[in-house]
Amino acid sequence: MASRKLLLLFFHPRFEDSRVNVKLTEGVKHLSGITFRDMYELYPDFNIDIEKEQSLLLEHDIVVWHHPFYWYNCPPLMKQWLDLVLEYGWAYGTGGNQLQGKWVMNVITSGGDFHVYQKEGRNRFTHREFLNSFDQTANLCKMEYLPPFVVAGANKLSEEDIEENMIWYQQILHFLMKEPIDLDKLKQVDNFNQIKSAEWEHPFYKTP
Amino acid sequence: MGASVLQNAMIFLGAALVFVPIAKRLGIGSVLGYIIGGVVIGPFALKFIGTEGEDIMHAAEFGVVMMLFLIGLELNPQSFWRMRRRIVGMGGLQMLFTGILFFLFFYFGSGMELNTSIALALTFSMSSTAIVLQTLKEKNLDKSQAGKSSFAVLLFQDIAVIPILAALPLLALGEVQTKVARTGMLGWMDENRTITILVAVSSIILLGRFVFSPLLHLIARVHMRELFTASALFLVIAVSWLMDLAGVSAALGAFLAGVLMANSEFRHELESNLEPFKGLLLGLFFTAVGSTINFGLIVHQPMAIFKAVLLFMLLKSLVLFVVGKIFNKVLMQNILFTLLLSQIGEFAFILMGSIGMLGLLEKEMLDFYMAVITISMIMSPILLFINEKFIANKIISNKSEEKEYIVDPKEHNDIIIAGFGHFGSTLGRFLRANGVEATILDNNSEQVVLLRKMGFKVFYGDATRTAILDAAGAAHAKILVSALDISEKNIELSALVSKHYPHLKLFFRAKNRLNAYELLDNGINNIYRESIHASVYMGVDILSELGFRKYTSLRKANDFIRHDNNALKKLSENRHDYDSYVKSVKEEIEQQERLLAEDRKFIEHKPDNAWDKSKLVAND
Repeated sequence: MASRKLLLLFFHPRFEDSRVNVKLTEGVKHLSGITFRDMYELYPDFNIDIEKEQSLLLEHDIVVWHHPFYWYNCPPLMKQWLDLVLEYGWAYGTGGNQLQGKWVMNVITSGGDFHVYQKEGRNRFTHREFLNSFDQTANLCKMEYLPPFVVAGANKLSEEDIEENMIWYQQILHFLMKEPIDLDKLKQVDNFNQIKSAEWEHPFYKTP
Repeated sequence: MGASVLQNAMIFLGAALVFVPIAKRLGIGSVLGYIIGGVVIGPFALKFIGTEGEDIMHAAEFGVVMMLFLIGLELNPQSFWRMRRRIVGMGGLQMLFTGILFFLFFYFGSGMELNTSIALALTFSMSSTAIVLQTLKEKNLDKSQAGKSSFAVLLFQDIAVIPILAALPLLALGEVQTKVARTGMLGWMDENRTITILVAVSSIILLGRFVFSPLLHLIARVHMRELFTASALFLVIAVSWLMDLAGVSAALGAFLAGVLMANSEFRHELESNLEPFKGLLLGLFFTAVGSTINFGLIVHQPMAIFKAVLLFMLLKSLVLFVVGKIFNKVLMQNILFTLLLSQIGEFAFILMGSIGMLGLLEKEMLDFYMAVITISMIMSPILLFINEKFIANKIISNKSEEKEYIVDPKEHNDIIIAGFGHFGSTLGRFLRANGVEATILDNNSEQVVLLRKMGFKVFYGDATRTAILDAAGAAHAKILVSALDISEKNIELSALVSKHYPHLKLFFRAKNRLNAYELLDNGINNIYRESIHASVYMGVDILSELGFRKYTSLRKANDFIRHDNNALKKLSENRHDYDSYVKSVKEEIEQQERLLAEDRKFIEHKPDNAWDKSKLVAND
């Protein structure tokens, strides 16, 4: 099958001080089929070019929101992007079918590790639970919301850990762009971190 | 001769200085003050002046001429069109009804001849533009319903004087005892009045279009204020002279010239240049009216004159009230409208003069009616005073009255931009892009022409003159922007405006830091330094070029601008006062030094913790 085109929207207000995200983006931004957009560099004044953003969305099949997980949420520019670009009558509401059927996912880096992001942990909810608002945003736009990829405990990762995460990130995007996928099965997974590549590659192949 | 001119000037001005403030203090308006002053210095009281009052009145009629020029200036085709219903409807009806009533009175009541009755009827339907406009302005009624309607009716009358003057000789028919016969060309002109008038009017139109406008441009480019005043005076005097030569009323010529210049960008400048002359000459005119009142006649037959005054004003009021009713006026406004216009106006003097010359009326009756006209003019301010003090309050409570006086927002823009160079024009374009129109003042005539072509409401004039600001509607505007290119002018304006128009919100351009200090000293808070934003944002792009992240640099830039604005206010408060000679150099260096010290504090005290949790998280 023809490969899917992927739009990687990267939101980081202080990218220069984030060694994890520098490495992660380095690994994926030049992959073929990916359009990488460094949003804080493009719109430092928050004055988002709505038409441009919408036409980019139309040209791609998969949207990735890549951002650090500050206060259990996205950075302000990404919220601005959601507010401005996903217009009524275009993305949702009457006649708003432009994004119908496209896939979307969050790629997040969080300071806290997985063990604090659970019912008994300090943060009381899982990453996936915190991301519910994005799930519903996708749903309202008739998009398919994929499981997130989470780089947790980001501040304490060693160089090797970061390297490993970067490769993992590459593989996931590759997989999403190239392989035939059983979407229903994939959506049942909580996040990409739960499945090792050897495992997840196999089960989601669509049986012909 | 010279001494007597000086003496007369002193007497007239002195009378004004004494009586006008008293009249204003008493609340009866300046017009009555001038007239009373005239009476007191006249031959029947202190005898400071004798019969020369009449000569002075002729000279002072030039005030009426100027007034009409200024009225004409207000009348660009758009505003005329907006008022068409009022002017033609109310003005026309008033003229028609009053004319008919007076005709019936003179023809059947007094048994005068047909022609004389018609001439007198037309004469007495005139009201006094000078008195009414002065009163409206003084009492701040020009934007009220009654004020606007009065203006429209007066306008119709002023225009109607042209055909009436032209028609009077026809009424005289064969009985004309031609005045001093003029010879040659002028004699021919006297014999062919109608053609003469047509030629005169069309030559004024041509002159206005092809001579005056280009001339004013030329003068404006010289940048000499007094030269502009001179040319404004020249314009009015030349037109008056021309019309006088043609045997037509000078006032009408001036009115026509005014209308022609109404669409010119020099409108406000002309207005503010002529306004003081007009005011003074009108004052002189009213004083002269006071001094020429023939008290002998009044003492001789007081009842007859007062009866006539009462009857005539009653007739006029009746018509005015009915016209007001037809046009759905609120009672309170209708009464005001009626009282405002119930007198007989100064044009009646001119028309009476013409009637006398044409021999339509004998001298005795002429004097009688002149006295009637004068007294009705005196009555007018008194009636208004009575209305204001006793009637208006009874009819309607003050609150609902205020609603009537709300200024029509179409008449003035809320924003005035002084100076339309690069700074002001960018601002104007931005506001316009957001649907906000501003009134613009600029004294670069070429720029003004260009911008007017592009549809901006731009006026030529020096914004540091209150007269110009008044004409641009500063009294009604909400915001004044000063974007003048010359910083001294900006500072001058800041002092002037905060003194004269305390209600205006002020936004000021400042060339630099020192400039901003002076504006702060004058109490201006919204100060926009040209250099600060441009240079700091240039810094953002330079940092970006060096590899810094744009968003972070932009945050730093905005922080820096805020810091700089704070430093500006702080340093302004405790800066030294050098004597002006060494000020610029020495102060600038010292300021620079203090500023750098402030910057150091800013850098030390502001570690950037935004979105950087690494230190915090590393601890847990």
